[in-house]
Amino acid sequence: MSEGTRLENANPVIFQRSGDRVQTASEEDEDVHDPIDDREIFDLIRSINDPEHPLSLEELNVVEQVRVKVNDAESTVGIEFTPTIPHCSMATLIGLSIKVKLLRSLPDRFKIDVCITPGTHASEEAVNKQLADKERVAAALENASLLEVVNQCLSTRSI
Amino acid sequence: MAADSTLALSLVEEFVSGLQDSKAKDAAKGVKDGKFTVLQLVEALGSSLTSSQPHTRARGVLLLSEVLQECYRDLTEREVEVLIAFYENRLKDHYVVTPPVLKGLKELTKCTNLPPGSAVSMLRSVFQDIHVQSLMLSERACVYSMLINIMETREAELKGLGADFVFGFVQSMDGERDPRNLLLAFQIAKNLIHRGYELGKFTEELFEVTSCYFPIDFSPPPNDPHGITREELVQALRAVLTGTPNFAEFLLPLLIEKLDSDVQSAKLDSLQTLAACVSQYEHKHVAEFLQGLWTAVRREVFQTSSERIESAGLAALTALTSCLSRSVLSSDSEDSLSTFLDFILTDCKHHLCEPDLKLVWPSAKLLQAACSASTSASHIITAAVMPSLLEQYNNRAQCSHRRTLLEVVQRFIHSVKNCQSSDNDESVFLAFRESLCGVVFSALSENNSSLQITATSVLTSLAQQAGLLLESDIELALDHLTRLLLIEEDDRVSLAVAECAGALAQLHPALVISKLIPRLKNEMYTEPMNQDQGEASELHSHHAVRQRCLSALAAVSIQPSVVQESTPVLLEVLRSAHTGDVSFSVDEVVLTCRSLQRIAEQVQDTEEAGRCFHNIIIPHLLSLALQAALQGEGSSGTPSPLVEEVVLSAMVPVISTSCSRLQPTLAGQTASRAVSLFLDGDVSFLPDNSFPSHMQLLKKQEGDSWSLSRLVCLLMGSVCSLPRSVEVPQIDKLLSALEEMSCTCSHPLSYTSAAKCFAGLVNKKPQGDSLDSLIQRTVKRVCSELDSPSSSVHTQAFTLMIWVSKALLLRYHPLFTTLTDKLFSLLDDAGLGPMAAADGFSLLMSDSTDVLNRACHADVRIMYRQRFFSENKAKLVQGFNAAPQEKKPNYLKALSNIVNKLPKQVQVTELPALLSLLLEALSGPDQDIHLTTLSCLEPVLVNPPQVLIQQLEALVNRLLALLCSPAMSVRIASLSCISALSYFPVHEVLPFRARVLRALAKPLDDKKRLVRREAVQARAQWFLLGSPGGR
Repeated sequence: MSEGTRLENANPVIFQRSGDRVQTASEEDEDVHDPIDDREIFDLIRSINDPEHPLSLEELNVVEQVRVKVNDAESTVGIEFTPTIPHCSMATLIGLSIKVKLLRSLPDRFKIDVCITPGTHASEEAVNKQLADKERVAAALENASLLEVVNQCLSTRSI
Repeated sequence: MAADSTLALSLVEEFVSGLQDSKAKDAAKGVKDGKFTVLQLVEALGSSLTSSQPHTRARGVLLLSEVLQECYRDLTEREVEVLIAFYENRLKDHYVVTPPVLKGLKELTKCTNLPPGSAVSMLRSVFQDIHVQSLMLSERACVYSMLINIMETREAELKGLGADFVFGFVQSMDGERDPRNLLLAFQIAKNLIHRGYELGKFTEELFEVTSCYFPIDFSPPPNDPHGITREELVQALRAVLTGTPNFAEFLLPLLIEKLDSDVQSAKLDSLQTLAACVSQYEHKHVAEFLQGLWTAVRREVFQTSSERIESAGLAALTALTSCLSRSVLSSDSEDSLSTFLDFILTDCKHHLCEPDLKLVWPSAKLLQAACSASTSASHIITAAVMPSLLEQYNNRAQCSHRRTLLEVVQRFIHSVKNCQSSDNDESVFLAFRESLCGVVFSALSENNSSLQITATSVLTSLAQQAGLLLESDIELALDHLTRLLLIEEDDRVSLAVAECAGALAQLHPALVISKLIPRLKNEMYTEPMNQDQGEASELHSHHAVRQRCLSALAAVSIQPSVVQESTPVLLEVLRSAHTGDVSFSVDEVVLTCRSLQRIAEQVQDTEEAGRCFHNIIIPHLLSLALQAALQGEGSSGTPSPLVEEVVLSAMVPVISTSCSRLQPTLAGQTASRAVSLFLDGDVSFLPDNSFPSHMQLLKKQEGDSWSLSRLVCLLMGSVCSLPRSVEVPQIDKLLSALEEMSCTCSHPLSYTSAAKCFAGLVNKKPQGDSLDSLIQRTVKRVCSELDSPSSSVHTQAFTLMIWVSKALLLRYHPLFTTLTDKLFSLLDDAGLGPMAAADGFSLLMSDSTDVLNRACHADVRIMYRQRFFSENKAKLVQGFNAAPQEKKPNYLKALSNIVNKLPKQVQVTELPALLSLLLEALSGPDQDIHLTTLSCLEPVLVNPPQVLIQQLEALVNRLLALLCSPAMSVRIASLSCISALSYFPVHEVLPFRARVLRALAKPLDDKKRLVRREAVQARAQWFLLGSPGGR
């Protein structure tokens, strides 16, 4: 992203970051089994960087904890994300970043479903279809320049 | 004389024809010793200088130049004149002769007795006859050094040359490429500008020839022997470019252009140069570029992704505004300050009305940067911004919006604080006082913790504005703060409130004394309602209120006058707790002691505060502790909370902090009272004196009762924290009593405190025979106890030994080695329990909180840990190799305990020798050893030494194996080490990528969330490794 180019949305609404998860006594107990829950999944994706702004997806409210559904027993995860503007050209890229982050961070027993919050994007169906198609996701990650952008979104930002 | 001229001739012959370079030194020595003069040497050179071979001529000149290098100080003015004429003439000679000629001229410029006019003529010939940039690197350096030398000594003459000198210099540096020479050239240019040489019509040329290097793009070659850094060049060039306002019309457009660059360092350099140059400029220099500069700076702050650029941009804006503000004072022409501030306000002000959008903060920061530049700027900006901010606040209903607005307001107040000088200007915010207070108080009454926290910091900033708030405002504020302290459950809020109250107490001690302290006191003494029903939640909240009151009392006590009012309240709490008049829980009593400790740490060290602690608080504490202990003996009714060990341990730091920090003379008095109390049973200084006479606190108590003996920890607090200049009375008697107690008492706190107290005194005892014999006696006793299998006091003896070792280790005492040997032999000893000796090493290497640290004025030499380690590592390794299999873990434990506490640099250098041992430790079965070893390894992994990389295969295997450890802490530590491995040089770790990623898939499904979190991080790092856009 060059400084000279105009951003699609130069002055987006900023949301507050949620604090770190409070550690409980049962989490420190060796014998208790902690299930994978919504908050844990949300913590995985909330710090993903936006491709345009030096802000996280959480700060832009692209991802919210209420739109994360996980079922540990049945090994399914469902995520809905909300682009900041309805014609955002980055929607596919953001979806892909979320998907890749989860593929890297979750045990492979999970079925991961990432889609756009219904009614928030102009080409919602096309994007959802792309993200659901395993072949296309795999093919996208073969593309070095696309992988580069995804990796940048997933890198921890150094200032 | 004849002989001497033959000497000169022969030296010349050997140097010129014989090519023996060393003869130049001999010739120089000849001149220095007066065997021949320089001019005689020239005569002797005659034939070489007139030779038809240019190389011979060059050789001849070189000899002369090298001689001059040695003895330019001894030349007479006449000689200099002749030599200069000679060298100037030689400049016209063949090009191979030029280098030695320039060298000679450079040496001559160092002469203090240059004849008038010769400097100028020298320069003229150089500029005329030489094209500097076609010379070699070192000759160019020669020319620059000449210029620098002459500028130092012949400034007036050079200025007489006028702009020609500048022109000559510009020509000679035009096209210079070598960074070493550039540093010289920049220095000359800087001198030209700063020393007021006339630049004349060559101003632009001088700017062009230097500014073409801006922004500096230089990365030194690896292993650069010259050690020139980019930063040096940047600073040197910046000094030139920003040196004169005459450059303004050229520099500012250049900066605007470079700010548009995509290179981050160019942006940064441009912004920093901008901030530096405007400090020299007046408004007329910048007037025509204001719009362009503002647009560029705004873009950087609005769209930046780097904090450094943002802060450089803000600093530049502040500098620019303060440049414009300066000229307002002197000119009545067009008011460029308000024009410029208008730009800023037009572009930024409306963003402040959208507190949930991204640009609110960049806009606020820009406005605040301008605001902090000068009083006039802050008047203009606050007048424009504050009303709308305050109105916004009142119109918005959402707490998050209100909080953002309040934070913006707080930053404004803070930025103004930075610029206000001490003169009697009234506060910029005077006009808004009422509405600001209204907003703050309404935010404090809001039921939202982050809003309340922000409001307390606004309140602090407002209070710090001199002469802004009225007394009635402060009173109201204190009411609000008290209310929050009493009702607000959120810890963050009470912390913020206490901090704010502390700030107010600094500024208005009297009001805090009269309003806040009495209310807190009352609150602590009200019994919880419905006590009969004893509802748990009710009791809990009452406890929380007391807790907050106690920490608030500590927070406000910084000024001695406040301390005099607050500490009696705390002492009263302790007394009522002891007597049982009002019931206080053990926790509350401990907190009270903590508050006293905090006050002792932060109060200003005045006589008043010292008296308060040494004459009132400490005697009261001792008296209460003694009463409680005696009452415990009798043991009738409910025991006082003061008999609890936690309370006693909390009293120790109160005493030790006051003794180490407040008023050494009074501290000495406290210590001698404590000693006479413990040795002689002298209770005369204690208040409420109804104690039995002739108590023997350090003697073995009847029936081995420990309630009195453990009071020795209070003695430790006072005598071990005195400054070393203060002497402890009756020290020998005291030491032997302590030794006896630590070796015989059976109560852990008593014998440990006695041992610590003994060690603390030994550490400070002056070097000498009495110390040596004391140590030897103690060591003998300890060893005989440890060696006797039937002894019942093994642990006691061992504790004393460890503490004495530590005391000696810290001060590098030579007798320390005898103790170390004993300690190592104990690693094999089963009698002490499996790991006691190994754990002893951890105590030896770590900082102790209550004695033997620098705060207690102990004699702590620097790097004692390194010293201990390097003296003993061989013994440890040997011991490990020699030990039977079942004892080896003891050595590994000791090793990891020691290495764990070493500073990182030492760990890195020592690691090669120990790596195999550490790897061995990782493969054993003991989880504790795994954990300590991993924590030794982790810091080393950040900057891995070569030997670790060689052992990578083994390391990765061990770490991956530990992922299956039953202990979650081991799994977590191992994962974070694996994560650190991903930062090793890519070509070394890339071969492991697939294997590590596969192995990390398993802990992603670990049953513990904390393990999964670490695994996710490690796996993410390894995925980025060697991937495009990753690392």
